[in-house]
Amino acid sequence: MNDKIETVKSLDLTGFACPIPIVKVSKAIKEVNQGEVIEALTSDSGALADFPAWARTSGNEIIKSEKEGENTRFFIKRS
Amino acid sequence: MNTEEKILSLEKEMNALKDTFVRFEKNSAENKLAMVIFSGDLDKALAAFIIATGAVAMGMEVVMFFTFWGIPLLRKKEGKSKNKDFFGKMFGAMLPKGASKAKLSKMDMGGMGTQMMKTLMKKKNVASLDEMIDLAGELEVKIYICEMSMDLMGFNRSEMIDYPDIGFSGVAKFLEEAGTSKAQMFI
Repeated sequence: MNDKIETVKSLDLTGFACPIPIVKVSKAIKEVNQGEVIEALTSDSGALADFPAWARTSGNEIIKSEKEGENTRFFIKRS
Repeated sequence: MNTEEKILSLEKEMNALKDTFVRFEKNSAENKLAMVIFSGDLDKALAAFIIATGAVAMGMEVVMFFTFWGIPLLRKKEGKSKNKDFFGKMFGAMLPKGASKAKLSKMDMGGMGTQMMKTLMKKKNVASLDEMIDLAGELEVKIYICEMSMDLMGFNRSEMIDYPDIGFSGVAKFLEEAGTSKAQMFI
C-alpha cells in the first residue's frame, strides 16, 4: 500500500523554539492553495500540543504526525 | 388589523431587530488581542512578544500598548536627545536604552544572571527580545506608546525605535481596542 502523502512544501523547523514554529507554519500555509498539504519537521516538544491547537484555531487540518527520533513531522492540509 | 397595518407593524419589528443586530455587531469582540506592557523586565517583555507573535500565527490581530517601565524597551540604542530638563536627563540616564539592555526580573545578580540567560537562550535557539520585536513588526503587530508616561519621563518620539506600525496614544485608545478584543492582558 502506498501511503505516502503528497506535499507541496516542506519546512525544516528543527532548532527553532517557541513561537517560531507556529509563526512559520502559519505563514507557509497561507502560501498554498486550499486542499494542498505542507509538511513541517520540528524539534520543539511543545509543538506536540501547539500544532494541533494552532490547526483547530486557524481551521486547518493535521492529517498526520509522526515521530522521527527527537523530532516530529506534521502533515498539514490547508482547509 | 388589516393587511397594511400588519405589514407596517412587521416592518417596525424588522427595523428594531436590525438596530439590535447592529448594536450587537458593534459590541461583539473581534478576533483581537490587546496587551498592556507595563513592565520593562526582559523576561516579561519576552513573554509578551512570544504571546503577541503566537497570537498572530493563530489568526488574531494584536495591539500592544507600552506604558511606564515598558517604554524604555522601545528606545533606540544610540543617539542622545537634547533639550531635556533635569528629570528627563535623569530618567534617560537611569533607564535601559532599548530591549537589549533590559534585565531579568529575578536573578539578575548585577547583570550576571541576565548575561547567563542570554547565552543560554542563544544556545537553545530562543529568539532574543530584539529579534522578537522585529518579528512582531513583520507580522504587523500594532504598537502604541503611552504619551503621558513618555512625557512624564521626558522621552521624545524621536528616541523610539523605527517600528513599522507605531503610534502614540492615551488610555482611551487602549480602552477602545481592549473593548473590541476578545482577549486582554496586562504584563
